[in-house]
Amino acid sequence: MRKIYPYRISAIIALLLTFSATQAQMVGKSERGPFLLKNATIHTISKGVMTGDVLIKDDMIAEVGPNLASGRSYTTLDCTGKHIYPGMIDLGTQLGLSEIESISVTNDFSEIGDVVPQMQALTAVNPNAVTIPVTRTNGITTVLVSPKGGRFPGTAALIDLHGYTPAQMDAGFRAVVMNFPSSGRRGRFDRRTDEDIKKDGEKAFKKLNEIWDDAVLYAKLDSAAQSQKATLPGYQPEMEALKAVVRKQQPLLIEVSKSTDIILALDWIKKTGVKAILTGVAEGYRVADKIAAAGIPVITGPVLDTPRRPYDKYDAPYTNAAQMMKAGVVVAIRSDEAENVRNLPFNAGFAAAYGMGIDEAYKAISLVPAQLLGMADRYGSIDVGKVANLFISNGDPMETKTTIEQVFIRGWKIPMENRHTLLYDEFLQRSPGK
Amino acid sequence: MDPTFNIMDKKLYLVASLLIAMASSALAQQGNLLIKGGTVITITQGVKENTDVLIMDGKIAEIGKDLKATAGTRVIDATGQFVMPGIIDAHSHIGIDAVNEGTHPVTAEVNVGEAIDPFDIAIYRALAGGVTISHAMHGSANAIGGQCQTIKHRYGVLDPEAYKMQGAPRTIKFALGENPIRVHGEGQGIVPRTRMGVEQVFRSSFSEAKVYKKNWEDFRKGLTRLAPEYNLRMETLADILDGKILIHCHSYRADEILMLMNVLRDFGVKKICFQHVNEGFKVAPELAAFGASASVFADWWAYKFEVYYSTAYNAAILTKNGVVTSINSDSDELIRHLYHEAAKTQRYGGLNDDEALRLITLNPAIQLGIDHRVGSIEKGKDADLVIFNAHPLSIYAIPQLTIVDGIVYFDRNNDKADMRLEIDPEEKFDFKYYERWKEKDNCMQDVTETLFFGQQYHNSLHGH
Repeated sequence: MRKIYPYRISAIIALLLTFSATQAQMVGKSERGPFLLKNATIHTISKGVMTGDVLIKDDMIAEVGPNLASGRSYTTLDCTGKHIYPGMIDLGTQLGLSEIESISVTNDFSEIGDVVPQMQALTAVNPNAVTIPVTRTNGITTVLVSPKGGRFPGTAALIDLHGYTPAQMDAGFRAVVMNFPSSGRRGRFDRRTDEDIKKDGEKAFKKLNEIWDDAVLYAKLDSAAQSQKATLPGYQPEMEALKAVVRKQQPLLIEVSKSTDIILALDWIKKTGVKAILTGVAEGYRVADKIAAAGIPVITGPVLDTPRRPYDKYDAPYTNAAQMMKAGVVVAIRSDEAENVRNLPFNAGFAAAYGMGIDEAYKAISLVPAQLLGMADRYGSIDVGKVANLFISNGDPMETKTTIEQVFIRGWKIPMENRHTLLYDEFLQRSPGK
Repeated sequence: MDPTFNIMDKKLYLVASLLIAMASSALAQQGNLLIKGGTVITITQGVKENTDVLIMDGKIAEIGKDLKATAGTRVIDATGQFVMPGIIDAHSHIGIDAVNEGTHPVTAEVNVGEAIDPFDIAIYRALAGGVTISHAMHGSANAIGGQCQTIKHRYGVLDPEAYKMQGAPRTIKFALGENPIRVHGEGQGIVPRTRMGVEQVFRSSFSEAKVYKKNWEDFRKGLTRLAPEYNLRMETLADILDGKILIHCHSYRADEILMLMNVLRDFGVKKICFQHVNEGFKVAPELAAFGASASVFADWWAYKFEVYYSTAYNAAILTKNGVVTSINSDSDELIRHLYHEAAKTQRYGGLNDDEALRLITLNPAIQLGIDHRVGSIEKGKDADLVIFNAHPLSIYAIPQLTIVDGIVYFDRNNDKADMRLEIDPEEKFDFKYYERWKEKDNCMQDVTETLFFGQQYHNSLHGH
């Protein structure tokens, strides 16, 4: 056997270090199991907390329980003193659709046109976006990527945060996004008169109803054409994309926040009969009973937000989720972020402190989002038969100082590096220093 | 007008308004308090369990066990709670009416302190997050921007002057990189359009100021007969050269940070705090050697190209390399939870409790030149304090009571919803609603509404 001299080894190591250090965008390769995670405090979220083991085989959680038997091919990870949680799910992001906010050519979430539900977020997701490793290493394993902008800006898609093609990341859920006409000011620079705001709102609402009537008519014509094995003349991609919403095969994500607009939206949902999920809902607390009575679920956030009105109580955004939950609304929490989706657990943490409680707040970023999309059979908790999206931490993941130590996505053991950690490794003790 | 509002009422109303105005324009109030039995996080002298803090005339009079107050002093039971120094934000834009005088690459003569807005509700919301002092800054449109103002959050006083922290050193805003380049180079076709140009703006301004100073010195020595023309911009720049004004410089990239330190070295200017300084971690040894400090975001990045190569470990790297570092907000939103922003340095870089809390107390005080007055709980310092129901670095901690100069300005148990000071009886409440505005780069307020938010802002405005 050839003798390897120590200097050669150190030269190789130095070369490897140089390589990884200069490539701050690259992370290592993920690994495949089976993995046996031994002796952890398991926060199942569905069935309480237990001490035991989790077996991950292929994409799935194969077994959960105390003293699971180890197989010869298993990689065992000792989790004594550690915690296992289901991966967090953020149902409101532009992750992978936006690289640098101020550079428009790196932003792919807002297409030209007011009614463009045919625009597919999944198409524009960059699987190699620098933001993705930054997000998933903080325990967020699944996100909804949503187009933004006009009345119907496109179709959102649910993705798992591991894979090299959008198809590999696709978690199978789609929903058309709709921005409900707002009767509020669009921001501090919106200096329209009160009258103009009112008029614009009414006009937009009238236009929405016209679009919807068209979509209903189109779906009917489409059904009629199909029954006669005929094809519809002309190509109407936006109407085509709304077909599944009209037929209640797909939910509609309705972005709405102002209290009076929420009430209008609830009326509109009742009238049209769509399968709706409300998103944003910053003033949900003002009309929580009405949302609960309508039985419409909510994706709210960010929690770390300023109040919408100057006369609002300072903590209204912090307490909103809890107030809706207590009124009986099903509430999931989102970050509404692109590059800082990693703050999802902190949004939930503030909601927990301001009335939601720790258990319910974590549910709002794991099991509830899965239930809300009708995917709780595969996502949202540590249960046998669910997709192995989970992580090991040294404590409560919503607590700021907690470290997320190891993330698994679809059974893959994810490298725990990202641009931020790589820059830390390179620059903490710079060489040369001074 | 209401017919019952007669002349007599009018007179009473005038007298009352006058009295209120007089009371509020008097010097800031100073209070007495006794805070009993809390866990006192002093910052400079460790954490003291079950300890009292006695406040007299707005100052910390004593820290110890079983302290007694004179009769009539309000006693606050802080059993099971955490008492820490009031949080200090070294970079904000709250409480001022104007942010950017974006009309020239050098506007050293303007001062945001001349446009204080006592009615800004953001001040109360900052208090509710435990922030007692903020550094109200000019924006970053100009290489040499305007002077800034350190304010105490005495929300409720109506006299703008009463917000100013008396004795706080003068500070001025500088700015490097994209913002001055876009406003002046791209926007107006004048230098600077590059980071080369930014350097020359500083060099020529300081050189002119040196000549201006020399001319006045010669005149005062009697060497010349004619007094030089008085120029407030040059006066201010001369004060910077004399070390009378602290520089707070908006910066991102490592190269431009090094550039400014080289310029300052050449002109003998020693005091500088780099603001944002997202790439400070790359030149931490150089910052430490210069004696420059750094005021950073906990985790903001990727909102523009110059912050693309950022790391949330920035504060930890800077701290561990010996740079005096603070965490700032630059935002109405973040300023409400700086204690949480500081805690992020524990996830990203493992700072201990003491190091993390210094980032929002003593270190920003040092950067503003007010550390002899505030930033820690020590006998003789201003009684600016905040009481939390749990350790302030916990995500579950809620500020309960915020005290400035011994006066309680925020009390969670006595907090009404509408805390505005100025209410228009004619206003239609429903129109005072604002859709969410994603706050990034608040340093660019007032420059233009769409220039820097561009097409996306335009789309969002016209989209729905």
